[in-house]
Amino acid sequence: MIASFICLIVIIYIVRLFSLQIGDEKYKEHAESNALLRRIIYPARGLIYDRKGNLVVFNQPAYDVMLIPKDMDKSFDSIAFCKVLGIDMPELRRLFDDMKNPRRNPGYSAYTPQKLISHLSQEDYGRLQEKLYLFPGFFIQKRTVREYAYPCGANILGNIREVGAKDLERDDYYRAGDYTGDLGVEKSYEKQLRGHKGVEILMKDAYGRIKGKYENGRHDVAPESGRNLTLSVDMDLQAYGEQLMQGKVGAIVAIEPSTGEILCLVTSPNYDPSLLVGKERGKNYRMLRDAPGIPLYDRALQAAYPPGSTFKPTQGLIFLEEGTVTTSTMYPCYHGYINKLRVGCHGHASPIALRPALQTSCNAYFCWGFKNFIDKRGTTPAAQFDKWKNWMVKMGYGYRLGVDLPSESRGFIPNVDFYNKSYRGPNWSANSIISVSIGQGEVLATPLQIANLAATIANRGWFYTPHIVREVADTVLDSSFRQKRSPGIKKEYYDVIAEGMRMAVLGGTCRGANLPGIEVCGKTGTAQNPHGKDHSAFMGFAPYHNPKIAVAVYVENAGFGAAYGVPIGSLIMEKYLTGTISPGRKGVEERMFTSKTFTASGTKH
Amino acid sequence: MARSTEANVSVFRSLDWITIGLYLLLVIGGAVSIYAASYDFDRASMFSFAEFSGKQFTWIGLSLILGCVILLLDYRLYEAYAYPIYGAVLLLLLVTIFIAPDIKGSRSWLVLGPVSLQPAEFGKFATALALAKLFDSYNFRLNAKISNYLRALIIIFIPICLILMQRETGSALVYLSLIFVLYREGMSGLVLFSVLCTVTYFVVAVKFASPLVLGLPLGEFTVLLLICLVFCLMLVFYCRDIYIARNVILGMVGAGIAVTIAALCDVPVPGLVFFLVMLGAAMIYVSLVMFHHQIQKFVITMAFAVVSVMFMFSVNYVFGTVLQPHQQMRIKVALGIEEDLRGAGYNVNQSKIAIGSGGLTGKGFLNGTQTKLKYVPEQHTDFIFCTIGEEEGFVGSVGVLLLFLALILRVIAIAERQRSPFGRVYAYCVVSYLIFHLCINVGMVIGLCPVIGIPLPFFSYGGSALWGFTILLFIMLRIDASRKERRD
Repeated sequence: MIASFICLIVIIYIVRLFSLQIGDEKYKEHAESNALLRRIIYPARGLIYDRKGNLVVFNQPAYDVMLIPKDMDKSFDSIAFCKVLGIDMPELRRLFDDMKNPRRNPGYSAYTPQKLISHLSQEDYGRLQEKLYLFPGFFIQKRTVREYAYPCGANILGNIREVGAKDLERDDYYRAGDYTGDLGVEKSYEKQLRGHKGVEILMKDAYGRIKGKYENGRHDVAPESGRNLTLSVDMDLQAYGEQLMQGKVGAIVAIEPSTGEILCLVTSPNYDPSLLVGKERGKNYRMLRDAPGIPLYDRALQAAYPPGSTFKPTQGLIFLEEGTVTTSTMYPCYHGYINKLRVGCHGHASPIALRPALQTSCNAYFCWGFKNFIDKRGTTPAAQFDKWKNWMVKMGYGYRLGVDLPSESRGFIPNVDFYNKSYRGPNWSANSIISVSIGQGEVLATPLQIANLAATIANRGWFYTPHIVREVADTVLDSSFRQKRSPGIKKEYYDVIAEGMRMAVLGGTCRGANLPGIEVCGKTGTAQNPHGKDHSAFMGFAPYHNPKIAVAVYVENAGFGAAYGVPIGSLIMEKYLTGTISPGRKGVEERMFTSKTFTASGTKH
Repeated sequence: MARSTEANVSVFRSLDWITIGLYLLLVIGGAVSIYAASYDFDRASMFSFAEFSGKQFTWIGLSLILGCVILLLDYRLYEAYAYPIYGAVLLLLLVTIFIAPDIKGSRSWLVLGPVSLQPAEFGKFATALALAKLFDSYNFRLNAKISNYLRALIIIFIPICLILMQRETGSALVYLSLIFVLYREGMSGLVLFSVLCTVTYFVVAVKFASPLVLGLPLGEFTVLLLICLVFCLMLVFYCRDIYIARNVILGMVGAGIAVTIAALCDVPVPGLVFFLVMLGAAMIYVSLVMFHHQIQKFVITMAFAVVSVMFMFSVNYVFGTVLQPHQQMRIKVALGIEEDLRGAGYNVNQSKIAIGSGGLTGKGFLNGTQTKLKYVPEQHTDFIFCTIGEEEGFVGSVGVLLLFLALILRVIAIAERQRSPFGRVYAYCVVSYLIFHLCINVGMVIGLCPVIGIPLPFFSYGGSALWGFTILLFIMLRIDASRKERRD
């Protein structure tokens, strides 16, 4: 019974094999690789628009010369070929060597299409197309390369590059010679932008000449264009921000608080995205990687800076929520916090409550608050610090926020273990780590995290994960960008902080941000650092009621927060909210355009 | 000492050399195919031995040594240690789930430096030993007690569960083939028949979702028709009651003609109601007139029909919710519902092209273009049969099929000449595994079965599978060689 069963199966299989191998001619034709050429049709990559609907990135045609080495004529006329393309013999020989070099082209096979020359110019393309019949085995593959409407925003947009061996291994979609996104949204939205490749099956005669479509194109697959992206970025604001940052090292991040959409993400030094297109890409890439200030490094996302006094609002929030202080609690400040050790401060009235402490950026107030919170009776510094760390994490510090761009940095918020390790045991107290309360010491934050704090205060207690893409055509935005995140601190406490920040603009450290007709709230930061002059920082939002923009500015080694952070931040706000700069502030603008804090040899990072 | 040498000599004298010859032919054929599949036109001059075939020759050498060691050991060892071996392999399978790295979604490979082993392949002989040991226990008859079935099924299902947890569905399904062993050892043929019906109904119901016939999808309509047909056939051949069967058949045919005429005259007939009423009526009739000495068979026949109808209703649910989307896709592709040439169907389409292009005598050794140019994925592992089909053509692929058939028939013959249930059951396990692997692997390559990732025994690249089958086969040969010793 079992024997007859297996005999029956084998007979069925033999019949099937007979019909496949002898009965049906269809499969043989399919396999005639000599007669059929599978030509890949590349889809148009998705376009990129900015929030106002301006086209930012689009495609232009590029032509690659392809070759199936096996189909080349024995009597290939290399001299004629060189003449058509305007190259000389050694150059042609080099191109062939590169194509066959297994290290440069690991997928080389004489039987499949190989790329001989990339990025043919329009004229060369025209001439070669005309004479192509002379060179069997050669054909021209049309592709697209990127073109940029603005010379800015390279860190956001990214660029495209040829896939490498790792990409081929990682993703079946790619074949050698394909392009993939590198950096920016080109990388993070690669899957949406690239679309789906199509294929057309062509018939060739014995001389390799195309004889039309196989079975009238019945087996062809049409390419599917990539999806268009709409960025949340305002390219005009981005360009303006890059102009303000000229000659300086640092970053500007602006967020629309009500949506979490990033309005501009400036890093400086920066570069024109069109440098990374076409033949010159490799050379320019190396240049940008090695240039002073490393333009390829996106400081807005990747740099972790000491946040300085921009950190103080977070401390006020924790003290209020934990009941360490009320709005009327006063701490003394005699030019600083003096309690076994001394943290300096500048002159202002003493004792001082939370709102004026924010207004004047009093170090002593936050040191005292931090001390009373950490050294609270009936618990341990470790337990209190653990609470502190959890609040910081909920506010978006210490971990990646989850922005839709590659290589975001985490910043750094120390935890109990960290201090136990550096103090060799749990014998540390508030005084040992007092500098974290004023955004110095171990804490580090990215400009994006600082801007996100401004947005959270603007919203009085919640934020959306900052994101740079507003819409992917015909799809829904990732759910992580559509869910409100809340640190869990009461709205009334955020009101207090916002009020303090408003006071700072009206009569405190941020007076330079007092725009006519716009109620700005702000907080300066002047961060000491081991690399030289203080970093100048600013964090703020406007208007006070119903905020439309939240900004963080960070300028490396530029001195006081009021020196560069405040003017740049306030100019960005003014430009975005009113579309122009009022005549009274043209002077400030001019000063920012022209001032330099960075010389190629001078600044370290 | 002298005795053991004598015993060893007699082992080689009483070995089944036909099986060994077939084994060697298959293994050599496999090595040659792997060499061909991984041969690279462009680099031929640079590497005289392609990497895969070089490795495979090492595996083959080790297999032969392993085979000899197995033959030199005492046959009583396999009986005595059947359960411990089974236990140890189960433990290995369990550990694998936790320590194996994630390779393409499955956790079934143990990576030991340069070599990777797949413990699931070694579960086969261990399970066969345990099952054989169970049937060999004193006075054991499968049909004697329901608990005997249970014990056999537990032995079969523990490795299935462990391998499913490793996400190697294909390797787990192999163990289901042991149903053949149960059948040989006395399980009712009805069970096999049910399995056949289940598969048929499932395929038909899923494949023909449209057009609608009498308000029913064509698939469901056909299944209901088949259920009626099976009902009638069971009355004839199983209950052996021509009288009742004749009346039922006449009634159904009559009703069918009436409904056809009604449908042709544009009278709306609800097809589902029609079939249910007709089956119901037939059953009421049967239960009124059936003979009491045959009551069990009639009840089974009717229950079979009822369960079939229920099964048909649940198919859509099972297909839509229990199976993973990629499994649904594979099944749909195999049934020809979806022609997904770029996704799951790509492999099958390309392998059909490769085999189809082979023609009668093939393109010649190392001359296949489809497999060489990497049109066929997994060309040296699960799709190795493509290379044979393309390069050796119809003659070669039929030759390989016949070699396998010869091996299976030979193992069946060996099984039947065993004196102890241990040897017989073990050999039938070998038969079951071979049948399953051959049917599924070749079936998927020629587009008759869904793509289930299991290797072609002795041919596919991979040390674990080769070793697994070598151990499986040589333990059987050792047990068989001892059938004369047992006389003492």
